[in-house]
Amino acid sequence: MEASERRVISVIVVNEASVLSRITDLFSGRGYNITSLTVAPIPESKYSRLTIVTSGSVRIIEQITKQLHKLIPVLKVYEHADLVEKEMALIKFPVSENIADINTLCEAYNGKIVNVGDNVIIAMVADEPKRVENFLKIITRYNPKEIVRSGAVALER
Amino acid sequence: MQINGAQMVIEALIAEGVDTVFGYPGGAIMNVYDEIYKQDDFQHILTRHEQAAVHAAEGYSKASGKVGVAMITSGPGFTNAVTGLADAYMDSIPLVVISGQVPMSLIGTDAFQEIDAVGISRSCTKHNYLVTDAKDLPRVLKEAFYIASSGRPGPVHIDIPKDVTAQIAEFDYSIELELETYKPHTKGNPRQIKKAMEAIAKAKRPLFYLGGGIINANAAYEVRDLVHRTGIPAVETFMARGTLSHDDELLISMLGMHGSYAANMAMSETDLVIGLGARFDDRVTGKISEFAKNAAVIHVDIDPASISKLINADYPIVGDVKNVVNEMLGLCEQVKSEKYASWRETVKHFDELHPLTYHEDTDRLKPQWVIERVGELLGDDANISTDVGQHQMWTAQFYPFSRPRQFISSGGLGTMGFGFPAAMGVKAASPEKISINFTGDGSILMNCQELMTAVEKKLPVINIILNNNYLGMVRQWQTLFYDKRHSETDLSVQPDFVKLSEAFGGIGYRVTTKEEFDAALKDAVEKNIVAFIDVVVERLENVMPMVPSGGSLFNMMLLEKKEK
Repeated sequence: MEASERRVISVIVVNEASVLSRITDLFSGRGYNITSLTVAPIPESKYSRLTIVTSGSVRIIEQITKQLHKLIPVLKVYEHADLVEKEMALIKFPVSENIADINTLCEAYNGKIVNVGDNVIIAMVADEPKRVENFLKIITRYNPKEIVRSGAVALER
Repeated sequence: MQINGAQMVIEALIAEGVDTVFGYPGGAIMNVYDEIYKQDDFQHILTRHEQAAVHAAEGYSKASGKVGVAMITSGPGFTNAVTGLADAYMDSIPLVVISGQVPMSLIGTDAFQEIDAVGISRSCTKHNYLVTDAKDLPRVLKEAFYIASSGRPGPVHIDIPKDVTAQIAEFDYSIELELETYKPHTKGNPRQIKKAMEAIAKAKRPLFYLGGGIINANAAYEVRDLVHRTGIPAVETFMARGTLSHDDELLISMLGMHGSYAANMAMSETDLVIGLGARFDDRVTGKISEFAKNAAVIHVDIDPASISKLINADYPIVGDVKNVVNEMLGLCEQVKSEKYASWRETVKHFDELHPLTYHEDTDRLKPQWVIERVGELLGDDANISTDVGQHQMWTAQFYPFSRPRQFISSGGLGTMGFGFPAAMGVKAASPEKISINFTGDGSILMNCQELMTAVEKKLPVINIILNNNYLGMVRQWQTLFYDKRHSETDLSVQPDFVKLSEAFGGIGYRVTTKEEFDAALKDAVEKNIVAFIDVVVERLENVMPMVPSGGSLFNMMLLEKKEK
């Protein structure tokens, strides 16, 4: 087996019904992996941009980009080499935890406390996916009740 | 003009020059069928099963080179057609398949005969549409025909809810298509072509590897020219049969799992594979790491995703094979045919060592004899379809094909039941030729209801059933790889095929000798109605040579030699 590596691919697609299914069906039908997928419309255009984090050998990644290109509503496919990548995470903590500590940690990861309720606080961080992962590991000691990750978005430098 | 959705479908088909539609009506598509009733610009052929409608459209398309059209209703009508869509997708056949859908207001309510048709067809079509407003129909229909027939061809499915076919909107088919995201690359990169030609001129043992894309691109005569001017031997894939004429000195034969010894050895010995419109399918390559191990690879294909998918291409050329071959013809002065004389001798020697043949060593007829005999008697006058199994491989091995589009078979998907309806479509497309379907006693039962269509629409397909009372290809594998445990492949219990054909108004023959076969074929051709010729053949004949699944091309099981 050839070595499998993590890759970020951006896909520009026409905003139309079932375009997302076409993309995800292609991955499942051909046995490719999706680690994360984000999608949102590109402002003032008829297109949307998807950011897909995937993994595979060089040959698989080449096939993924070619097969994506073949889909009729796909305008462009970027297989990123040199990119800026960010991901956001929201974390819910019991209000009884050490809020000051949590806040300090969040700040180290481009985040802050964004909501304080009667029983829980919600913190947000936005950083490189690897750093977000690291952050999530560290904060396990503060008993997070719920974690949600946005999936990565990326831009070529 | 302001017309309803159903009328738009008719107008678009007429504008596209469609002369034949295959289909089966039902609730959700009734508005369109009402308009079919009112027009006489094209004929509608009512098949007796939706699967057969799509296969017939495939046969029509493969024989004519035009887009095949099939029409079906929602729910079971659509799901029956899915096998046909998948078959066309695998073999790159341009189709437009139009299905009815429940009205918009009922979509998502589990309505009667509702199924998520575009959800199902997404993975087995080149593209698909669910039309939610009649104003989109002219564009969708026009795009569908364009997408189906351009680039790497394939089936396009259009799902139209019943209320949309009744909705009135503006119809203007002269609109310009704006497919910003779909621009097939048809012209090969001139620098790459130049490099490839230089590589050919330098090679010692180059080999043309001809694929079905040549037939799709109508490039067979250009390819013949290129082969003859360079003097380089050629192997054909199953899908490419007929690209070169069977009597062409430079044609080795078919390669692959049931390819000839010479073709597979040539592929194993070559130092430069010149792949034209072929996709290195697993049935061709055998063990991929041993395939053409010492060769560089030129790969010309319209589909970039086919290039370097399985075999790394040293000279990748994305483009329409006809354009590229024409470019190559302009550069082939530098290629000297004399240089390959000893290579041609080597190939010839391979063929003399283990020619593609069979032994007539049993009382029963040999299936290969039947195929060769039809070739002798009908040759170029017949178009040849097949079902799937042993008879299919023997047809590809032994029929003397002389022109492109003469051989119509299900290659990629391997669909039993394809042959008979496809042969009807072939007959509809080229009525001047005799339409033969070689089939097996297993395959023919998978769409034998089409006898009714063939009788009604006077599509005199001659079905030659090579009857060995077995599901022969599976039986062969069981014999060779499962220690002769013939699990569920003995078809000793079977219908009276003569009576079966007669029950529908066709004609039937059961033959056991060469004389009977000749007489039956002659009679069937003269009677000019749909026929079953049930030929009792040797039960345990195997398709040889054979590369066992996953084995290397040069490691073939060969026909045992017999003392003369």
